[in-house]
Amino acid sequence: MNVLLDSLVELIRRTSAEIPDDVQRAIMTSLENEKKGTIAESALKIIERNIELAKRKSQPICQDTGSILFYVDCPVCFDQTTSTETCREAVKLATKKGYLRQNSVDSITGENDGTNLGPGSPTIHFHQHRSDNLEVRLMLKGGGCENVGAQYSLPAEKLKANRDLDGCRKVILDAVLQAQGKGCGPGILGVCIGGDRAVGYEFSKLQFLRFLDDRNTDPRLDALEQDILKTANELGIGPMGFGGKTTLLGVKIGVANRLPASFFVSVSYMCWAFRRQGVELDPAMAIARWLY
Amino acid sequence: MKVLQAPFTEEMMRSLRVGDEVAINGVVFTGRDAVHKYLHEGGALPEGVNLRDGIIYHCGPVVMQEPDGGWKVTAAGPTTSIREEPYQGQIIRDFGVRGVIGKGGMGERTLDACGKHGCVYLHAIGGAAQVLAECVKRVRNVYLKDEFGSPEAIWELEVENFPAVVTMGSHGGSLHRDVLRTSQEALASRV
Repeated sequence: MNVLLDSLVELIRRTSAEIPDDVQRAIMTSLENEKKGTIAESALKIIERNIELAKRKSQPICQDTGSILFYVDCPVCFDQTTSTETCREAVKLATKKGYLRQNSVDSITGENDGTNLGPGSPTIHFHQHRSDNLEVRLMLKGGGCENVGAQYSLPAEKLKANRDLDGCRKVILDAVLQAQGKGCGPGILGVCIGGDRAVGYEFSKLQFLRFLDDRNTDPRLDALEQDILKTANELGIGPMGFGGKTTLLGVKIGVANRLPASFFVSVSYMCWAFRRQGVELDPAMAIARWLY
Repeated sequence: MKVLQAPFTEEMMRSLRVGDEVAINGVVFTGRDAVHKYLHEGGALPEGVNLRDGIIYHCGPVVMQEPDGGWKVTAAGPTTSIREEPYQGQIIRDFGVRGVIGKGGMGERTLDACGKHGCVYLHAIGGAAQVLAECVKRVRNVYLKDEFGSPEAIWELEVENFPAVVTMGSHGGSLHRDVLRTSQEALASRV
C-alpha cells in the first residue's frame, strides 16, 4: 500500500471534480449580479448546475483536464526523486479512472498514448523551505484559457503603453479584450510584471495559488488589481463572451526583477473552472488537511 | 427555448436568430483539430459518418469503455472553435453541415459560409462537461480513434435536450462581432 500514491490520486480526483470554495463563492456572486433573463444568466445557471453535478458524480468539472501542474513545498532533504515517480504513477492511475482526460500529445507525431505522461507532463515544481511542513498543490489548467494568455514587451507602441504601471494596466486590459469569451470567462488573471520570458509566465501562474478573495500586500499592486478588475467588468464581455456584467472574477499580480533591456508583462488567463487544490501531508504521507 | 429536432433542415436553421436558446435532439458528430485538418487535406470521411444535414460538435470528450465493449461519455463540454476557422467554411460547403456546436465563436469566413449554405453556429457552455455529458444518451460509434487518439476522434453521439445559444446565424448576424465592437469602444474610453 502506497500512502503517498493514494493521497496524490485523491488530490487529483478532488481537484478535477470539485471547484474550490473561494471560486464557487465568486461564481455565485456573479450569477446574482447578472441581469435576469439574459443568456449570460443562463450560462451561469448551467455552470452552477455543472459544478454540483461534477461533485456529486466525482467526474471532471470540465472535459479538458488541462496541463497538470504540481507545486510541492518541502523540507530540506525531502526525496524529490521518489515523489516525482509517485506523482507520475498517480497521474497515470487517475487517467485510467477517468479523473483526467487522455490529454498529452506528442508534438512531433501527434500521437496520444493515453497515459498523460511525457516530456513536460506532469510538471512538478519543487520549492524547498526550512520548516518540516510538506504541502502539495495541484492546478489543472485547460488549453482554451491557456491559449488566450499573452506576454507583452514594454514599451508597446500600438497600445501607447510605456514602462510604468499605467503601461502595465493598458496591456493587461488588452489581453482581456483580445480574449473575449474564448477563455471561458468569467476568468481570473494571473500576471507577472518583470522577469525573463520564462520566469514571467511561471510567476504569473504562481499567482493562481493565492486565494481568490485575498488582497495584495503591496498597496501599489493592490490598487492595480482592483482597478483592472473593475475596468474589465465594465467592458461588457460577460460570461462566455455573451455580453454581461462579469468578465473577470479576479486579478492577481506579482512582480519579478527584470533586466534593464527587458520589460515583460506576462498574463495568464484562467477559466471559470478554476481547478486548484492542495493538501498538507503528515509524516506518513497521508492527507492531514486540505488547503483551499 | 426552441427545440431543434433531427433531421436538421435548412429551413429550420434559417428560422433561427442570434440570441436564440435551443435544445438539440438527435445525432451529432464530434470533430476538432485533427479531423478538420484531415478533411481539409482531402482525407476521406469514414464510412458511417454522415455530415449532410448534420451537426459537428467541436469537442474532445472523456469517454470510458464499458465491460461490454460499449462507450460511456463522462465529460463532454465544447472546445474553442476559432482554431477551426481556416477549415470550417469549406467543410460546411463540401459536406452540407447544418450546425456547428462549439465555444468562443468563429470568424467572418465561417459566418459567410453559414449565410451561403444555411448553417448556424451554436455556442455551448464552456466547461459544462457534466451537464452536457448527461445530454448524451448513447455513443453510437467512434471513428479514427486509433489514428487520432480519444479526444480527437469522431464520436457519434445521440443527444437529447442539449442546450446551446445561437451566436452566429445564417443571415449575417454574429454576437461575437457585436460584443467585440462594444467592448473595444468601452475600453477605448477607459485607457
